[in-house]
Amino acid sequence: MSAHPFATTLDPGSSRANHTGAWRVERPVYAHGLPPCAAACPAGEAVRDWLYTAEDGSYETAWRRLMRDNPLPAVMGRVCYHPCETACNRGQLDQVVGINAVERFLGDEAIRRGWTVPRGAEPTGRRVLVVGSGPAGLSAAYQLALRGHAVTVREAAAKLGGMLRYGIPRYRLPREVLDAEIARIAALGVRFETQSCVDDLDAALREGGFDAAFLGVGAQAGKNAYVPAGDSAHVLDALTVLAAAEDRWPLRLGRRVAIYGGGNTAMDAARTARRLGATDAVVVYRRTRERMPAHESELEEALAEGVSVRWLSTIAHADRGLIAVERMELDESGFPQPTGRFETLEADTLVLALGQSADLGWLAGAAGVGVGDGVIDVDADLATGRPGVYAGGDAVAGPERTATGAIGQGAAAARRIDRYLSAVAGEQRDVPRQQPSAETPVPFGRLNTWYYSDAPAMLRPQLDAARRVDTFAEVVQGLTEHNALYEARRCLSCGNCFGCDNCYGVCPDNAITKLGFDADGQPRYAIDLEYCKGCGLCAAECPAAAIEMVPEPARDEPADRTEHRDAALQDVGP
Amino acid sequence: MTEITHRTASGVKFYQVGSLAVGNRLLPREQRAAQADPQRANTMISGHRACQGCGEVLGARYVLDAAMRATEGKLVVVNATGCLEVVSTPFPESAWRVPWLHSLFGNAPAVASGVAAALKAQGHEEIRVLGQAGDGGTVDIGMGVLSGMCERNDDVLFVCYDNEAYMNTGVQRSGATPAAARTATTPVAPGHPGNRFGQGKDVPAIAMAHRIPYVATASVADLRDLEAKVERAMQFTGARYLHVLVPCPLGWAAPSSQTIRLARLATQCGLFPLFEAEHGELVSVTPIRQQVPVDEYLRAQGRFAHLFADQAAGGRPDLVARIQAEADRNIRVYGLGGQP
Repeated sequence: MSAHPFATTLDPGSSRANHTGAWRVERPVYAHGLPPCAAACPAGEAVRDWLYTAEDGSYETAWRRLMRDNPLPAVMGRVCYHPCETACNRGQLDQVVGINAVERFLGDEAIRRGWTVPRGAEPTGRRVLVVGSGPAGLSAAYQLALRGHAVTVREAAAKLGGMLRYGIPRYRLPREVLDAEIARIAALGVRFETQSCVDDLDAALREGGFDAAFLGVGAQAGKNAYVPAGDSAHVLDALTVLAAAEDRWPLRLGRRVAIYGGGNTAMDAARTARRLGATDAVVVYRRTRERMPAHESELEEALAEGVSVRWLSTIAHADRGLIAVERMELDESGFPQPTGRFETLEADTLVLALGQSADLGWLAGAAGVGVGDGVIDVDADLATGRPGVYAGGDAVAGPERTATGAIGQGAAAARRIDRYLSAVAGEQRDVPRQQPSAETPVPFGRLNTWYYSDAPAMLRPQLDAARRVDTFAEVVQGLTEHNALYEARRCLSCGNCFGCDNCYGVCPDNAITKLGFDADGQPRYAIDLEYCKGCGLCAAECPAAAIEMVPEPARDEPADRTEHRDAALQDVGP
Repeated sequence: MTEITHRTASGVKFYQVGSLAVGNRLLPREQRAAQADPQRANTMISGHRACQGCGEVLGARYVLDAAMRATEGKLVVVNATGCLEVVSTPFPESAWRVPWLHSLFGNAPAVASGVAAALKAQGHEEIRVLGQAGDGGTVDIGMGVLSGMCERNDDVLFVCYDNEAYMNTGVQRSGATPAAARTATTPVAPGHPGNRFGQGKDVPAIAMAHRIPYVATASVADLRDLEAKVERAMQFTGARYLHVLVPCPLGWAAPSSQTIRLARLATQCGLFPLFEAEHGELVSVTPIRQQVPVDEYLRAQGRFAHLFADQAAGGRPDLVARIQAEADRNIRVYGLGGQP
């Protein structure tokens, strides 16, 4: 009667007939959180993404990912003050990831191996003028050239690079590195004209037949603070000292040099003075070390080279060979107040490093381009009041004037100019740009740090201090490949999957499938919601907080669930 | 005394998550966990009726997948009655993808011995036998036959998935229930702070006393460690015993997402030492990597909540201190604080 053995009524069935997904009240979702490094980068680099790519030794791919946002990785790997590292979550675990050092390694590797960037688009026939070849101008020119526009960069100085060349000494940024990265931009077809000062914007646009312009003229003028000085006092501007060192024209500084100011330029001026032969370089700063605007690393390096600092001091009077210094006290609000106590300081030269401002007089006659408070007026899109003319970098007010911020603004303005040009031409053009889904960066507390190997940061070797003071050789050296790879692998990959397989391994219901890697090398997994019970183990054990538990969407219950179960039983029935 | 060696979490080379995570795209394939393999045996498949976040089914899949890899698929499994059997095989379904046999609650070690004898009689000694049970079927009900299996040195790896009580019948106390834990049969009442101190059995120590070839402890939070121990166990012939800590969200009264974290805290506070013994002697221990006080482990579980109620309501810092003393003893006796 029956094909079954005695007392057996059903064939063996599989538990897969039981769709346990119906138990779920929350479901796991793979997320792309915003890593703190990327959120903090003024140049908009997708830091986590290129670190991830570098982790398996794919340096060229990593470099190309980096180059989407920043055309100067070898330069920025040296001069950037790396707010990405300040934000890095690993700092709360042991030490921050040396992102800047890895960036430099990738940049140097690209120069060494001659990697180049292909033009991404067909020529558009549109012409764009970029005024200034500093980081903002170079970034804008690069992004515009990638999009197929014909770009001309006009630079007033004899050499390209703006403040990268005339504001950052070569012991921090060797010129062959800067030249190599600029040459790569020129190879995209960007036309560079040096000693070509633009003093009439209207004429320049008209005569060159330009459809749009980017103004990245920087802040080149040393700020004048009134320092009472005798006729024979020798007072110089910090930028003059740096430019003299760059172009190697002779400068008489004397043996004892005082530098007035507490910013990075003051540090550079003091260190440059040491290299030009000064035996004493004394920085005079009105507040305390904690309140100094110069970055700690710059100060440390300067002190190591024998630069000294007089804290809480202002210069009351400068005369030949002698400077009168007044001691200051911080009041309750932290502002320095004079004490009436004076000291003298022997100095052959006084160097003023009190900040820089943009020289914008040439824009007075440019219709529609407004200037106020010493900066060019722009809106949130970096547009001036004149259609097609945009501005960025130090010539535009920003929270902090840095080369990295200038690169970010140059790129942002280039995207707007591209959109403007396509709108003028009646084209629709999408700006392809990966936008992270979350707006607040992934906090350290969301990571499951148990899984990360213990690993202290690698230090970049430094040139011996004794050898630094009489040479302009580069002070900070790069990482070896081995160390750069190690450093990249210290990345915690905050908010983004890095393929550790924890979710696949810890699911008690086998509801996760590995799908390998996508075209960008990012790992892929699928969650089978027929069986996922929503226990949350995958999310809890994800090291990188790349899985979120979200409430199960409402569904028609309970009839649906009952039907589901009946159907399941029928599948295995006789 | 054999020299005790320490297992280290990661080797010399640095791979971001080293061997702490399940897989690692940066590691060569053969160095990844069996669980990272897309082609893993998946001896226990989807659709089983275990609770959300069940530590026992996770432990069973970890152990059996590793055993399948070690035996190249030549494996027979004998299962005692318990959660694992109930959730996996409601008639006519089965969640097992391995030859699997269930008889009674108390006789799994004896049935496993019989299967091994039968395979030997048929000349199939290359097919290995694995017996498995929860702590009820091992520590209490199956204790006698397990001892017999060990005494005869039958060629069986017996695995106890220890969730520290009879969970599927409603959380009754077993011989593996820890002191001060609340269960259905050791309720919390004035003067009765959960399970008594000084009772219960240390089955790994009992197994070691039989001088069988291999005894080890493992947890679902230490996957590489667990897989290495299964692999090692399969290199021996004769009786072997593996005791795996598998937290139970239901019985321990903790969120289902905390299963692995609880197992990790149990090992990192010292209450559950991870070690290996061969022929009755300790040969290796897994040192604590990030030591935590027992407080952190106990507070995360509802079954110990009465120890942390405020003083007026009868919180028991004295009992927490006794449990800490137990953890400290393990750390001292097993040398778990081994990392300099």
